[in-house]
Amino acid sequence: MFVPSPRTVAVVDGSRIPFLRAGGGYASLIAYDLARMAVRGLLDRAQLDAARLDAVILGSVVQNPATSNVARDAALAAGVPERTPAYTVTMACISANRAIADAGMMIAAGQADTVLAGGVEMLGDVPIGFTREVRRRFFETRKYKSALDWRRFFAGLKPSELMPQPPAIAEYSTGETMGRSADRLAAAFGIARGDQDAYALRSHQGAAHARSEGLLGAEITPVAVPPGFDALEADDGIREDTSLERLAKLGPAFVKPFGTVTAGNSSPLTDGAAATLLMDEERARADGRRVRARVRDFVFVAQDPGDELLLGPAYAVPRLLERNGLSWSDLDVVEIHEAFAGQVLAVLAALESDAFARERLGREERVARVDLDRVNPWGGSVSLGHPFGATGSRLVNTAVHRLEHEDGKLALVTACAAGGQGHAMLLERGDA
Amino acid sequence: MSRVELERRGDVAVVWLDPEGEPVNTLSTALLRRFSELLDEIERDDAVKAGVVASRSPRSFAAGADIREFLRFTSPDEVRAVISEGQALLGRLEASRKPVVAAVHGACMGGGVELALACRAIVASDHPSTRFALPEVNLGLLPGLGGTQRLPARIGLPDALDMVLTGRSAYARKARKMGLVDVTVPQESVVDAAVHAARGLADGSWRPREPRRPLRDRLQGSAPARPLVWRTAERQVAKGGGHYPALPRVLAVMRTGIEHGRSAGFEAESKAFAELLFTPEARALIHVFFAQSAARKNPYRDHAEPRPVDTVAVLGAGLMGSGIAQVSVDKGLHVVLKDRDLELAAKGKGAVYRGLSRRVGKGVTPFQRDRAVERVTLAGDYAAVASAQITIEAVLEDVGLKREVLHEVEAVTQPGHVFASNTSAIPITRIAQGAGRPEAVVGMHYFSPVPRMPLLEVIVTDATADWAAATAVEVGLRQGKTVIVVGDGPGFYAVRVLGRFFAEAMACLREGADITLIDGAMRHYGFPMGPFELLDEVGLDVSAKVETVLAEAFAERGVPPDDAVKRLVEAGYRGRKAGKGFYRYERGKRTHEVDRHVYQIAGLGSRRAMPEADIQERLSLALLDEAVRCLDEGVLRSPVDGDVGALFGFAFPYFLGGPFFLADRIGAAALVQRLRALEGRHGPQFAPAPGLVRRAESGERFHPQDEERPTP
Repeated sequence: MFVPSPRTVAVVDGSRIPFLRAGGGYASLIAYDLARMAVRGLLDRAQLDAARLDAVILGSVVQNPATSNVARDAALAAGVPERTPAYTVTMACISANRAIADAGMMIAAGQADTVLAGGVEMLGDVPIGFTREVRRRFFETRKYKSALDWRRFFAGLKPSELMPQPPAIAEYSTGETMGRSADRLAAAFGIARGDQDAYALRSHQGAAHARSEGLLGAEITPVAVPPGFDALEADDGIREDTSLERLAKLGPAFVKPFGTVTAGNSSPLTDGAAATLLMDEERARADGRRVRARVRDFVFVAQDPGDELLLGPAYAVPRLLERNGLSWSDLDVVEIHEAFAGQVLAVLAALESDAFARERLGREERVARVDLDRVNPWGGSVSLGHPFGATGSRLVNTAVHRLEHEDGKLALVTACAAGGQGHAMLLERGDA
Repeated sequence: MSRVELERRGDVAVVWLDPEGEPVNTLSTALLRRFSELLDEIERDDAVKAGVVASRSPRSFAAGADIREFLRFTSPDEVRAVISEGQALLGRLEASRKPVVAAVHGACMGGGVELALACRAIVASDHPSTRFALPEVNLGLLPGLGGTQRLPARIGLPDALDMVLTGRSAYARKARKMGLVDVTVPQESVVDAAVHAARGLADGSWRPREPRRPLRDRLQGSAPARPLVWRTAERQVAKGGGHYPALPRVLAVMRTGIEHGRSAGFEAESKAFAELLFTPEARALIHVFFAQSAARKNPYRDHAEPRPVDTVAVLGAGLMGSGIAQVSVDKGLHVVLKDRDLELAAKGKGAVYRGLSRRVGKGVTPFQRDRAVERVTLAGDYAAVASAQITIEAVLEDVGLKREVLHEVEAVTQPGHVFASNTSAIPITRIAQGAGRPEAVVGMHYFSPVPRMPLLEVIVTDATADWAAATAVEVGLRQGKTVIVVGDGPGFYAVRVLGRFFAEAMACLREGADITLIDGAMRHYGFPMGPFELLDEVGLDVSAKVETVLAEAFAERGVPPDDAVKRLVEAGYRGRKAGKGFYRYERGKRTHEVDRHVYQIAGLGSRRAMPEADIQERLSLALLDEAVRCLDEGVLRSPVDGDVGALFGFAFPYFLGGPFFLADRIGAAALVQRLRALEGRHGPQFAPAPGLVRRAESGERFHPQDEERPTP
């Protein structure tokens, strides 16, 4: 079990840059720019001397080959000293959760006192590659001596092999797109189209309300984007004006013509970055910092990427609760990643199912009787957007914020990820 | 037994086919009658606007008719009556004013396809297990519930002919492309989607999209092109050599439907089905079907627990060893592949990679291939063998070497570890001599090339423990093999019987028959290859080694010894792999021309004519006689095993049902008589097996009577 050491891990602060639809407001940037803005933004906000950082860890999924260790490049540009190590982790949609967990372990183990962890995603700038054959020939060109040698490059090459190859959001092991898997998951748990649309509507309405109350703004670092340096301070995916009728009109996006997952009840492709600051609790107190929350425990799980691609939380949550002697009703705050409305509802259905508990978890009884009021009241990935590498940090930041706002004691963060993996983290309220 | 039940989903009635604990739905007469009642109910009920047919089985829509039920009928008229009733029901389903949609997931076979075809639309899951096939021709029959009529109407004549004549499966994607399936959806949504489709058909908001066929198909399906299509199909049918009467009947029945209208087509279909059911070919093929199903079960399952196996050690990374490794990792087992050094073992791993790569793009992704190949661990010494629960040695055919590796393996493994020797002829008892744990020693005789040849003989000695045999059988079944358990002895079963067959072929050759004459005779008899073509494939050197092992036992019974093969091997004639054998080879491919030097090298005199029928009689009866001896000496556990071994070990003609099925058809008394006649003409090797003489006197059969009913 995690955290046997006397050192406790404190969450000191967290923030993100606005989440914008892919190819929108950040269209002229690359991922490193977004990460750099998030790191700098948090350092500024927390009034932390960057030299105090012992490490920077960022999650990232679709990587720009020019900045494959984007954490290091972003940290350097953000003013983190050269001597501070930085590295990038990748675990699909829970990459930032992995980064935060790594930070927690480093602190608990006495390897570090202060770590900045978070993540970044730039889905408006995915690397377009060429076929393996073209890449192979391109590698050969290093040996070319004259321009005429380039004839060899094209000799016997089919025109189709010259076509650029954009990456797909698909599992390599199964070839299945995530949307299709979500459609299957929803069908398997009997989640109707109407219920998915209703959940999506709730996500948008919650986010719109939280934004108008200033709750989201408190978590966002405004940014100025080159070349115009226009300030951006809000997310652009929230649709306060949507309705069930509008959502119902959308056609299935993945399983045609009778699927239930649509563009309206899925998380949109999003650009963004987020960061969380973690410290050894004693160190934080010595510095006179407020301990906003403590990391009590976390788990990572993995299942079959074929049939249970997005069901990770249904396994992670019960394991986390059981080994901390807690039950679902002990939780005040639940933040779950909304990859798809259908996936969230399937996970909740699994947690509420006695049959699932018996057959898959080896428990007598269902994990939870879910009270939706405690789950994502300020919106989620469906409405706020989902930059893969960054979402985990947003979830932790919001959970901590909500513990304070709602005066709760315990918060749960949980998320699914490509590859059939999942994560759950237990956070405890810090100083009042 | 399967049953049907009705579930209401709003204004759509879902008819569930429920296999009730069986793995697949079978469409029995009783089930179809109940289905008919439910159809009445749907038609009567005004609240129901449409229907869906779906299956509760997680892996099958419907497997087709219950063939055992049909075997109980004693006349074609009875069969016709039942078929006509079924046809009428599906006709009613097709014409119902409330549209019914089929929701297909998993295997949809035979009558299942015909049921789906009678529905207004077919919604299928895109799961890899979803496939459509009309395999009736494999049983010597044809589709009897409108398949020959509705399929060409739905997907066009060329594709329909292909499906019905070959029995090949169309997987979901292909079925969608050829227009058999209207919509494909994920498995989880198949029933919901069908409900949507049925409702859409009822209120006019949805109808199936016409598939876009390639121009070639459209041309071939058009009326002016039909004579050409028929001619092509007739040529394909002729390749069966006239041994498969169902094939020309399929053509005739389809043609009737197209040229004289559907009702004439249905009439012709039911008549043809009923008549084919009583042909000896159909009876034989049905026997083959049941025999093979039996060989996919572990015969030890009731009295010995196989040891759990997750890792197989394979010794020797050559053609055999890498083939065994390939079929193992392909089915999820881990393999320790050991050869003299890591480099040799790595070569074997390369062969596994190449073997599995041939399937990439055909249902296997590069990732799956990589994952399978990475289940092969290389070893240059015996230490790693300790992590395996069973060892299969595939080293050279040398008793001394095999004993040596057995000792090495015993030294590093615990009791409970099974040692299997893959040898084609050396008795396992000899290999096990001096073994520390003889109870754990078995034989596993694979046929080359391992990934392609279905048979595996598991050889047990007197000392072999049941748990060890059960474990070997279980591993073979997991490798996808058709497994028979045989007793120990030179050549075990398949190789011994084949050896006798070869010996008689050599005798004919020695007497002056031409190589092509003998091969042609046996091909006309029904074998896919003649004995000399087969010898070239197997390798003359391999065959010479086997001959040595068999020689002693054969000599005692007067089978004339022959050194022709040995002399050819000495002259460098080792068959196809050497590019030199009984036949001439061009670029590694066998030509139809015999290598003329062969006669001289083998010391054979001038050629003379010999009647084809004589050759067929001599070779086939020698084979049958040897098979009976194997049964009576306890090498075979049952006549069914003997049939399976011959059918899948060396391609004994399927339409004859296997040696024992054929022996029953001929009758022991007639066999004894014919063998005695051959004995008089050709010598003591044809003295009938004592067990055959005994059966001729007692009238005892090999298979129970109900396996083969008299033809009317």
